[in-house]
Amino acid sequence: MAAAIVLLVLVMGTVVFHALSPWYFTPIASNWSSMDSTVTLTFVVTGLAFVLVNVFIAYCLIKFRNKPDRRAEYEPESIKMESWLTILTTVGIAALLAPGLLIWKDVVTPPKESMELEVLARQWNWSYRLPGEDGQLGAVAISHTSTANPLGIDPSDPLGQDDVIIYDPVLHLKVDQPVTFLLRSNDVLHNFTVPQFRVKMDFVPGQVSYIWAEPQKQGSYDLLCEELCGVGHYAMRGRVIVDSEETYNAWLADQPTFAQTQVELSTDLAAGQAAYAVCGSCHGANAEGIESMHAPGLAHLDSEYMKRQLRHFKRGVRGAHEDDTWGRTMAPMAMMLGDAAAINDVVNYIGTLSGQVGFDGAPDYSTSNAKERTDLRALGDSKRAVALYASTCAQCHGDSGEGVWTVNAPGLAGLETWYLASQIKNFRNGIRGRHADDLYGLQMGLISNTMTDDQAINDMAAYIATLELPQQPVNLAQQK
Amino acid sequence: MEYTAHDETSFVRPAEVAEMELYHAKTWLGKYVFSQDAKTIAIQYAATAIAIGIVALVLSWLMRLQLAWPNTFSFIDPAYYLQAVTMHGMIMVVYLLTALFLGGFGNYLIPLMVGARDMVFPWLNMLSFWVYFTAVTLLAASFFVDGGSTGAGWTLYPPQAILPGTPGSETGILLMLASLAVFIIGFTMGGLNYVVTVLQARTRGMTLMRMPLTVWGIFVATILALFAFPALFVSAIMMALDILLGTSFFMPAIMTMGNEASHVGGNPLLFQHLFWFFGHPEVYIVALPAFGIVSDLISIHARKNIFGYRMMVWAIIIIGALSFVVWAHHMYVSGMNPYFGFFFATTTLIIAVPTALKVYNWVLTLWRGNIHLTVPMLFSIAFLLFFINGGMTGLFLGNATVSMPLSDTLFVVAHFHMVMAVAPVMVVCGAIYHWYPKITGRWYHKGMARFHFWTTFIGSYLVFLPMHYLGIMGVPRRYFEITGTTFLPESAQSVNESITIAALVVGFAQMVFLYNLIASAIIGKKAPDNPWNATTLEWQTETTPPGHGNFGKELPCVYRWAYDYSVPGADEDFIPQNVPPRSSRVAVAT
Repeated sequence: MAAAIVLLVLVMGTVVFHALSPWYFTPIASNWSSMDSTVTLTFVVTGLAFVLVNVFIAYCLIKFRNKPDRRAEYEPESIKMESWLTILTTVGIAALLAPGLLIWKDVVTPPKESMELEVLARQWNWSYRLPGEDGQLGAVAISHTSTANPLGIDPSDPLGQDDVIIYDPVLHLKVDQPVTFLLRSNDVLHNFTVPQFRVKMDFVPGQVSYIWAEPQKQGSYDLLCEELCGVGHYAMRGRVIVDSEETYNAWLADQPTFAQTQVELSTDLAAGQAAYAVCGSCHGANAEGIESMHAPGLAHLDSEYMKRQLRHFKRGVRGAHEDDTWGRTMAPMAMMLGDAAAINDVVNYIGTLSGQVGFDGAPDYSTSNAKERTDLRALGDSKRAVALYASTCAQCHGDSGEGVWTVNAPGLAGLETWYLASQIKNFRNGIRGRHADDLYGLQMGLISNTMTDDQAINDMAAYIATLELPQQPVNLAQQK
Repeated sequence: MEYTAHDETSFVRPAEVAEMELYHAKTWLGKYVFSQDAKTIAIQYAATAIAIGIVALVLSWLMRLQLAWPNTFSFIDPAYYLQAVTMHGMIMVVYLLTALFLGGFGNYLIPLMVGARDMVFPWLNMLSFWVYFTAVTLLAASFFVDGGSTGAGWTLYPPQAILPGTPGSETGILLMLASLAVFIIGFTMGGLNYVVTVLQARTRGMTLMRMPLTVWGIFVATILALFAFPALFVSAIMMALDILLGTSFFMPAIMTMGNEASHVGGNPLLFQHLFWFFGHPEVYIVALPAFGIVSDLISIHARKNIFGYRMMVWAIIIIGALSFVVWAHHMYVSGMNPYFGFFFATTTLIIAVPTALKVYNWVLTLWRGNIHLTVPMLFSIAFLLFFINGGMTGLFLGNATVSMPLSDTLFVVAHFHMVMAVAPVMVVCGAIYHWYPKITGRWYHKGMARFHFWTTFIGSYLVFLPMHYLGIMGVPRRYFEITGTTFLPESAQSVNESITIAALVVGFAQMVFLYNLIASAIIGKKAPDNPWNATTLEWQTETTPPGHGNFGKELPCVYRWAYDYSVPGADEDFIPQNVPPRSSRVAVAT
């Protein structure tokens, strides 16, 4: 009796939970409402079968439970009943399968008016490529991939020259424009999922897979990787923004073509030096950093990372959070740099600086490290961070803190302990990396959560200070 | 309705079964360690499987702690989490369930139920266990090597399984591959043994269509495994070659850690096809023995013949055959040619028909039965609930279109736990309680058993039912945590917390179960030879537990099927298989 009642309670509870709980699909934003309908249909048919069969079981448990004088019926089989059940089930299953197959035909055949664009996934970030005016994407190969050509486009292919490069995890789409996403991976399996679009598909390195959808509702949607791709899998986040046509076109006009990204900006070191005069008042004349001003040393920062951060400061992506006192100090300074050329000049000028107090010439990292070792003891115990650094941080920042460019992870070796500790705390407390356009920051924010308290962060900063710098300062462009 | 009395009176010519020369162990070592007695080997298999299964259970607690209270436990980092996910899955599917059903129940029950003195190749059987033990040792060793065990997910998909960025890509993955290869070698020894024993060593009168469904389930599952495991074996070897010799079976030209890797020309999808060619039948390797056993449990404890025995046998065979042509339903969004979806969605939904028929027949066996709510029966009912629930969600995921929004989410995790984790485990528990009096000669503690049942039954449902809805909301599987999204409601976290609490309670109940099993073997009440009044041969042995050679001087002779319960006109409500027919025909129709 108890078994029958509990069974009934669980079954009815399931139905009630399904009907009343607030937990269901996030509202759809694409054309695939037909997919939602098949889900609903399947819920109705299977739900009915689930309830019927279980209620029947409960009924049997009550009605035919053991009593002293009861004897079971002897009934080896009934071909008739079994045949009817077979037919009934087959009909039910066919009713579920048929609409599924019909819609699957739509899933595998993108409409003719669909616009093609490429999504490049790699550990653990997203970038995109749109065909230019010729409407075609150029050839790509792993062997062409480098910091200057991160998408690996064949420079000799004329079709690729006008391809629009979006080297950032935020993609814009035009509302009501069907899009075929061509999915390409550089390293391992990944997956393209925007929950509001319903459809999803894996990336397989060595081939291009596809999926299509027509975004029908303007808004900003999370892009997730849903195929295990390593330690950073859960932090591989992107964003898809569905715009009105005007907003979309304005955004598109701002994106560089491949040819434009290949033009090397000529560097005007003198201009950079002039611009740096402002920077030097806080960051030091040799970019050595001044802790009392909360200005980190810059000489050891990756140039690509520095450029991105300057752009973020300029656009209010970084240094806009109200608790980010020192970021807010930096933001107006970055505003003084007019354009990409100015950023390029100053970053290249910083590259010539030694990072040493009152010393011009070749950087001497050993002394710089020695300087930092004196203050890290107060901060944390480096030994406690060894395991976490190896299992987690090293996956992006490298075993010796040299940085890995494909992950967009800057080098950490040589950075000041106090600076590292304060930035990791900012990441973890949501002061840095929470801007909607700062997906790399979001990633670091998620990862920083693995340090469960301030002490763990201090330990980590202390550990990073012990990392041996590579023989040469990291010049990302030289890696490939 | 017209009844046909089953096969009691149809005469089957007793086959000649040669008495086998039994090996008699002379030393303690030969009797208890390197035993060649299938019953001892069964217990060795079961004990090893359960021991490593406890490790996997603890790993699931760690996963649940992280998911419920992310960023609280400093000892769980993303790599550790992935390692726990991977090892939990692989251990539970292969090293626990497969080994327990085939090596454990198969070894114990096949010879006893078909009326054989032992497996036909006892020495090979002994070797099979020790090879399995080696595989488990290799697997366990991977927890302790540099970099730890692999965190590539139990599917071990390349390229990430062997690249930096995935935990255990240094040594853990190699140990995993080696362990799997060794496991398969050991399994093949045992598997050939089970098949040949069923085909060649049945006692007189035990026709194939008189075998208990337990034997049918294990028999067909073993055949599946013998066909399916080689696919995993070759993929393990090929992946090991990709690691050790730098071949490129599964490795196209890629970047790794910012540099170009040396591989070129391989295909990661090839691995997925091979893996799932093994992996889908693997589901049925676990499910079919459960189907068979639960059929017998329901029939015995409802005191009624299993309804539609012939249909049940054919359903097992058809499901087994079909299970080889549905594998790519695991790959609808894998990037394979999406046109495959039409074929695999169709085959997958076809397999639902024989599966549904099995459910109907279980349920119809209860109809007009005389249901004793013993502990094994309770677990059988629980199996039905979980299996029906998981089967229904299978109709979502098998149908390519419906599966798309749900694939790679926790819905999938909830589905397969319902259908191939909790459901078979319910059968495992029911079966252990059912045969416990035969194996140990003693009763388990019934109060503890009932506590174990209720906690596991209700608790597991509370774990896995809400998990479907996390998946529907869009929570991906294998995520260390899911903060920082804009589409998930805050309340999703409360679902995660409640799941974890339920999971910890269920885990505690399994400790009670283990205690009951161990303690009752020593202090439990003595059990009679045939406490359930069952018809099958293992209950008709002269001694309990059955001695070396299983039966007395003479092997039993079988005159009827295994399901003569409540036969009209019979004195008792069961007639064992080895009871000769009466001279006059029993009532044919009522």
